[in-house]
Amino acid sequence: MDITKMYSTGHASVVHPRLSVLSTSSLPSEHSSLSASSSSTRFSLPPTSGTGTPVPMPSSASVLTLSKTPLTATNVNRPNIYDRPLNKTKTSEVSLAAFAFLFSEMIQYTQKRVNGIADFERRLNTLGYRMGLKLLELYAWRTEGVSRAPKRETRFLTALSTIGNSMWKSFFGRAVDAIQKSVTVDDEFMLTENEPAITKFISISKDMGILSCSALTAGVVEAILDGLGFPARVTAHNVPTETYPNCTTILIKLDRSVLDREEALK
Amino acid sequence: MAIFGLWIINKAGGLVYQKHFGEELVRLSPNEYLVLAGTLHGIHAITSRLSPLGKSSGVQIIESETFKMNIFLTATGTKFVLLTSLTDTTADTALQRVYEAYADYVMKSPFQTPEMPIRTEKFDVKVAEIIKLFT
Repeated sequence: MDITKMYSTGHASVVHPRLSVLSTSSLPSEHSSLSASSSSTRFSLPPTSGTGTPVPMPSSASVLTLSKTPLTATNVNRPNIYDRPLNKTKTSEVSLAAFAFLFSEMIQYTQKRVNGIADFERRLNTLGYRMGLKLLELYAWRTEGVSRAPKRETRFLTALSTIGNSMWKSFFGRAVDAIQKSVTVDDEFMLTENEPAITKFISISKDMGILSCSALTAGVVEAILDGLGFPARVTAHNVPTETYPNCTTILIKLDRSVLDREEALK
Repeated sequence: MAIFGLWIINKAGGLVYQKHFGEELVRLSPNEYLVLAGTLHGIHAITSRLSPLGKSSGVQIIESETFKMNIFLTATGTKFVLLTSLTDTTADTALQRVYEAYADYVMKSPFQTPEMPIRTEKFDVKVAEIIKLFT
């Protein structure tokens, strides 16, 4: 995995292009190449710990922050968010309105920094990618505690159906409306949602064209597939229908290597 | 029991949204609507000072012989004006629902600048639904 390679070589200045919003790499499919971008501060701690140290894992990050703040009477008792039990918020729900405002602000922030729809969708995709990495880990950790025989999916179709059903339920409260395979091309799959929750309140004006803000969800799916070992390019497309004008499809285009492996395992 | 029109006036007095339903209302030019909205904003401000009992909100209902104007002032200074027939009693609920739709589809849309003219499609659709429910 590219990310573990980055940690072990100790080069904090080389950031995985999918993780850096400031990355100048143009193609989102460059999974195997690490481009040296100057945006190390986006994903690593500020360079007070020295430029030669590897990017720290979350547990050591909490140690670093604790040692930086002086132990006064007020904050010695304040619980650190990293020490909270992970299952504490397992069944809690986030207000859709609160998320909608946050997402609206994320989109406005991105819009100011891009010059084109493709770049805009790529940036939303990157934001979703960073979320997706953590969501996959959290989901795996939580299901391990619940089920007696948790299984890691090695075949693509079962993995896709887990993503579309149980993972979607844990993120959005409901499963996707359809999981389809393309008939024309053998490496394309689609997850269709009739009413994506995160874009419920967003109206695209005519001059924005074919932009889909579900690019964030596409980024989440792409990170989950990467984490499970099925590298792909994932994009979101609006496919308005009569009854569902907001119908959105997440299009998954698998890497050649995945198809070859599926063939070999058949 | 008919609803003739809906205006939304921002806190500076500018008209940001107007929608007319049915054919009863005479069509004016867009400029005239802007002037009317500004005048209404001024009148509303004056009436909020006229109350003999101290602090009060501005005018809420203006009645004429043929129609009624219901004004709903939000906590942020935005005014929702509903033009209805004289016998209409549901204006308040309708305005509440329009306000909810405004908070949802206008405020949460990233492509809508606050206090600017409203050009969001989903809000139009929702308003049409609400008005159909009340006529």
